Amino acid sequence: MNMARTRVLKDIIASGTMRFVAVACAALAVLMALGLLLKAWPVLKIKPIYDILFSRSWSPMKGDFGLFSFIMGTLWVTGIALVIAVPISLLTSVYLSEYAPRALKEYSKPLIDLLAGIPSVIYGLWGVVMIVPLVRDLLAPACGSSSSGFSVLTAGIVLSIMILPVIIHISIEVLQSIPSELREASLALGAGRWETVKYVVIRKARPGIVAANVLGLSRAFGETMAVLMVAGNVVKIPVSPFDPGYPLPALIANNYGEMLSIPLYDSALLLAALVLFVVVICFSAASRYILHRLRVRESV
Amino acid sequence: MRPIMKKIEEGFFKALMLACTAAVFVCLALILGTIIVKGAGSVNLDMLTKTPRGGYYLGKGGGVLNAIVGSFMLSIAATAAALAMSLPLVLYINVYSKHSRLASFVRMSLDILWGVPSIVYGAFGFTVMMLFGMKTSLLGGIAVVSILILPIMARGMDAVVALVPDELLDASYSLGATRFETAFKVVVRQALPGMVSAALIAFGRGIGDAASVIFTAGFSDRIPASLFEPAATLPLAIFYQLGTPFPEVQNRAYASAFILTLLILSVSITARILTYKFKKT
Repeated sequence: MNMARTRVLKDIIASGTMRFVAVACAALAVLMALGLLLKAWPVLKIKPIYDILFSRSWSPMKGDFGLFSFIMGTLWVTGIALVIAVPISLLTSVYLSEYAPRALKEYSKPLIDLLAGIPSVIYGLWGVVMIVPLVRDLLAPACGSSSSGFSVLTAGIVLSIMILPVIIHISIEVLQSIPSELREASLALGAGRWETVKYVVIRKARPGIVAANVLGLSRAFGETMAVLMVAGNVVKIPVSPFDPGYPLPALIANNYGEMLSIPLYDSALLLAALVLFVVVICFSAASRYILHRLRVRESV
Repeated sequence: MRPIMKKIEEGFFKALMLACTAAVFVCLALILGTIIVKGAGSVNLDMLTKTPRGGYYLGKGGGVLNAIVGSFMLSIAATAAALAMSLPLVLYINVYSKHSRLASFVRMSLDILWGVPSIVYGAFGFTVMMLFGMKTSLLGGIAVVSILILPIMARGMDAVVALVPDELLDASYSLGATRFETAFKVVVRQALPGMVSAALIAFGRGIGDAASVIFTAGFSDRIPASLFEPAATLPLAIFYQLGTPFPEVQNRAYASAFILTLLILSVSITARILTYKFKKT
């Protein structure tokens, strides 16, 4: 009797502890948002958010914290990454899911996940070794302009390769979740394979594929090390792909150490982190919601 | 005429798809190839067994032992800490409170945390550390990396634990086991390979991340003697060495990248084999 009681007691204690841990972990996201907001508050109190986000003047010594150049840097870099990654990932995932022979399908999945597991600093190093010279010596002269190689284009190319495995992985899952009856019905009506893919499979998979790309976008948005290593980091709004840029994550990574000596600097940098946090969370929550409704397992 | 156009269209897109797929795999090969070709030649015993000497970043002698040991200390401790959080969490939402609103709320929060960029974790972690008057230290790095890999580990474990059939739980309850006993003696045993694989994937993510440790663990040429000393990590060692203008030091960055890639590949392949075994049984 006594033993049964200790067992039940153990169960109750464990239940309480585990519930506490679960709720505490779930509350982390909220805690983080509040913490960032709290630290960003001093700079928001002095200037309205609109002024900070859309002002170009960045001179922390004078108390000017215009984030616009950095936001434009981020937009350029992610924009280029998406322009490259969206078509390539779509065609690759359609091929691997609809056309590829079985063996290729089986072997390609672990390889794509391998690509997703490579740390960003390795991508950055690869970008410095390979993409920087490519842009400097080949692409920029070919377009009649000159570049040091450290540019928003370089960062965009490296980022696109980083987010490709994420998008492809989820897109394949989405494509494979489409019932084969739909394909068979289309084929039975006399449509060819490509027509079936074009008019039935892709149309049906569109929300999921969009979600996969948005998830890739949010990954690109917050990526730091690789971008920091190849984007050039010059505080200026890029006007061409061959110009250097200074994306938001690179700004935080480069200056967080020295910020303590200048008043409000830390507050401005945490505002930048808050902007990243909010944007990324909106994108990833939206895409996870779509994928959840499609019942696709999205863990990458 | 029209069937011919159709054929041409299909052929065109098929060729394009093949080209894209090939491009993706060529990129993978190029990345691994670059690291191997540039790195393997520069790895030597000194790199693996010595800490940086004076003037190391100018090309003088030494190695990256500080970063290798630091990375292992940091990621192993962070993985253990994340495990201590995700094990109760995952068992709670899959055994105690299955199909509840709390369970879906926890899953959603974890998914949100998953998307947060690691630089934001780093900045947030540094702010919290300053609040407590902490300097950059191994402990700070462990805390931030454990939170960074928590969602990866917890969601990975959740995915395998959720596959444990309800009948198994019912059978355990009908034999008189409490939920606590069912969770730790039945569910954990059943899902163990998958859970280990989730932990390994999280470890791999932790050891490869640089942006979260740059201000929390800091960097040091010495192997940390206590939790309160700053610790070097491999990704940051690569970053700093590559940033110097000296080719000898840059070669060491390639060598360090080779070591890191080898480490991560072996972790990820082990994890994959475990997952495969779990699926088979």
